[in-house]
Amino acid sequence: MSLPEPSRRDSRLDPYIDAYAERTHGLTVSAVRALFAVANRPEVVSLAGGMPNITDLPREALGRAVDRLISERGTQAMQYGSGQGEPFMREQIVEVMAEEHIHAHADDIVVTCGSQQALDLVTRVFVDPGDVVLAEAPSYVGAIGTFRAYQAEIVHVSMDEHGIEPDALRAALVSCKAAGKRVKFLYTIPNFQNPTGVTQSVERRRELLAIAKEHDLMVVEDNPYGLLTLEAEPKPALRSMDDEHVIYLGSFSKIFAPGFRVGWVLAPHAVREKLVLTQEAATLCPPVFSQFAIATYLHEFDWRGQIKVYREMYRERRDAMLAGLVEHMPPGTTWTHPNGGFFVWVTLPEGLDSQAMLPRAISARVAYTTGTAFYADGLGSRNMRLSFCFPTPERIIEGTRRLGEVLAQELEMHHTFGLGVDAPRHFDLTTGPAPDIS
Amino acid sequence: MTDQPTHGPIVVLAGGLSHERDVSLRSGRRVAQALRDQGREVIESDLTPDLIELLRGLQNPVAFPVLHGGVGEDGGLQQVLTLLDVAYVGSEPGACRRAFNKAVAGPLIAQAGLARPRLAALPHDMFRELGAAALVAALGERIGFPMIVKPARSGSALGCTKVNAAAELPSAMVGAYSYGDLAVIEEFVDGTEVAVTVIEQDGVPVALPAVEIRPNSGIYDYTARYTAGETRFIVPAELGDEVADACAELAIAAHRVLGLRDLSRSDIVVRPDGTPVFIEVNSAPGMTETSLLPQEVEAAGWDFGVLCGQLVDGAWARHVSERVG
Repeated sequence: MSLPEPSRRDSRLDPYIDAYAERTHGLTVSAVRALFAVANRPEVVSLAGGMPNITDLPREALGRAVDRLISERGTQAMQYGSGQGEPFMREQIVEVMAEEHIHAHADDIVVTCGSQQALDLVTRVFVDPGDVVLAEAPSYVGAIGTFRAYQAEIVHVSMDEHGIEPDALRAALVSCKAAGKRVKFLYTIPNFQNPTGVTQSVERRRELLAIAKEHDLMVVEDNPYGLLTLEAEPKPALRSMDDEHVIYLGSFSKIFAPGFRVGWVLAPHAVREKLVLTQEAATLCPPVFSQFAIATYLHEFDWRGQIKVYREMYRERRDAMLAGLVEHMPPGTTWTHPNGGFFVWVTLPEGLDSQAMLPRAISARVAYTTGTAFYADGLGSRNMRLSFCFPTPERIIEGTRRLGEVLAQELEMHHTFGLGVDAPRHFDLTTGPAPDIS
Repeated sequence: MTDQPTHGPIVVLAGGLSHERDVSLRSGRRVAQALRDQGREVIESDLTPDLIELLRGLQNPVAFPVLHGGVGEDGGLQQVLTLLDVAYVGSEPGACRRAFNKAVAGPLIAQAGLARPRLAALPHDMFRELGAAALVAALGERIGFPMIVKPARSGSALGCTKVNAAAELPSAMVGAYSYGDLAVIEEFVDGTEVAVTVIEQDGVPVALPAVEIRPNSGIYDYTARYTAGETRFIVPAELGDEVADACAELAIAAHRVLGLRDLSRSDIVVRPDGTPVFIEVNSAPGMTETSLLPQEVEAAGWDFGVLCGQLVDGAWARHVSERVG
């Protein structure tokens, strides 16, 4: 081929660049997120993602049940359905919620495409651009993404080992009011919070609800992990203590399997009406086949027994992680001790930055989620979230060993270069890994 | 005269375990699709323990490595392909090693009399053993500010930092060492940022039109490289004919000096006085939707898929001729 005289082209390689909505600004490729591409490789111990471990499910029996479902009720199961969700599904969700002492009526439930969509619908219904959403510091990365998509201002409220600090919540409400800002709701994960693993004490739950009542504050309770408790009994849900100020989000992703994408929202009657109409506008109806499949599972299988199996499996993994951290973390590192759920929140020795250190960790074949992913304001550089849900206990121990070496190298590097606690931080706000990063 | 055997499936190799795995996977998919669009038989493969068995099980395969960083770009994979007697597109192991390691390529370019920034390459052990303070001071004096700190063996601007003052240098060094134990500290060259792709035609290197890079943020970092809309690309670059020719000559000279083969992409900064300065060369240039090489190929009036096919045919013909020889 010879070279013809070229004509000049001036391009940003995106012909739609001037057409995008303002809310898409900042949706860019991230170097940190790209590093997670390696995390799916078997050589890497990934403590990054939050994939439930579903290998213990009775898959052969489930397969037969799904076969029967298609042959016997396929014309219904593969048809459009109700925008609110199938009535039989909602009845069964009432039973599931009763496990956490929630007394609800099936009419007040809206079935969604995972609880992530429930959060999206609630935010869409309540939040105008510039409105404030309160969230724990730190909070679930997927929720931060949703709030940002609706151009909410996210105000973090500090927490301790018992959950949200009541004084900090009051202060945030007063401060927002003084600034003329509208606070639309408080988003909280009371059980085994993502990312910290912290569970709100019952006393703290009462205080939180008292503040909500006092300030007429709506609380969005996100509870995907509640039944995965390693204690004797789950703590009472916020919704079980207050049905006026709480919108409750639930999910089958952790107590059954995430691939069906079925979650729900339980809301006061007036809100529920708006959620149904919004759901219809968004998807027409939640996945009907998935609802039939889950209903079959709940009806024909010992789902409560399966949750016990999950608990023991996750207990073993949680124990492995805590033991590995004790053995391999350098002095100055601290971490939470969750009694359920999937995550441990690690605070690194002073001066270390989990985002800056991630490439070294990837080279050492271990992955974690950087703390900054869980803050809307750039904080969290000294933290990392470790997941114990997916790898085997042996791999978890090995992952903590590799992480210990990475931290030792990083500390030595900081010592060599005399970097103190005020070393420049990386404020490249980034999302965490995609949910399928094991 | 006997008929030359034709080549078998093309094995596009992408992925790997480097920090640039994500980019490589995207490049690989693009190359594989372009070749399929040309009616070629393509197998896509990651670098996995099954790879050798895969290659051995194929009749006359031609490998097309599209790996960025790590063993895919440092000559390791090419060495394996040579050992297996598999034809492949791209440079030989030694040339890959020279090009990939900025601490090696830079001095070779300088020895050839080509313009490049002042640079120093230091392993992190040096700082630990000699003390960082004195070395940091020496770097400031020798290289001057602003300077660029980067990992010696990495790409896609990962771990790169522009350092404006001595106080920023330690943190930048730590950032570069996160990607490897050798870092390059080089003079920052201000000017117009361009890239020039070199393609060999019948063994003769030809420079494609330079592409000028104008990132919205002012920094051509990972986000600017791989997010459509974040960078403005002008191709051919707005350079005078003389300067454009000088850039083309520099890219071809770098390709030759380092002994590269088939294709390469040189990153160049044109100083305000029109002098092009070599920054670095890539023996496995990016092939993604926002990468520079495909834009240059299009500006040259070539078809990306046809070019990929020609590179494969050339690699196979070379392989056959070497066997005969």
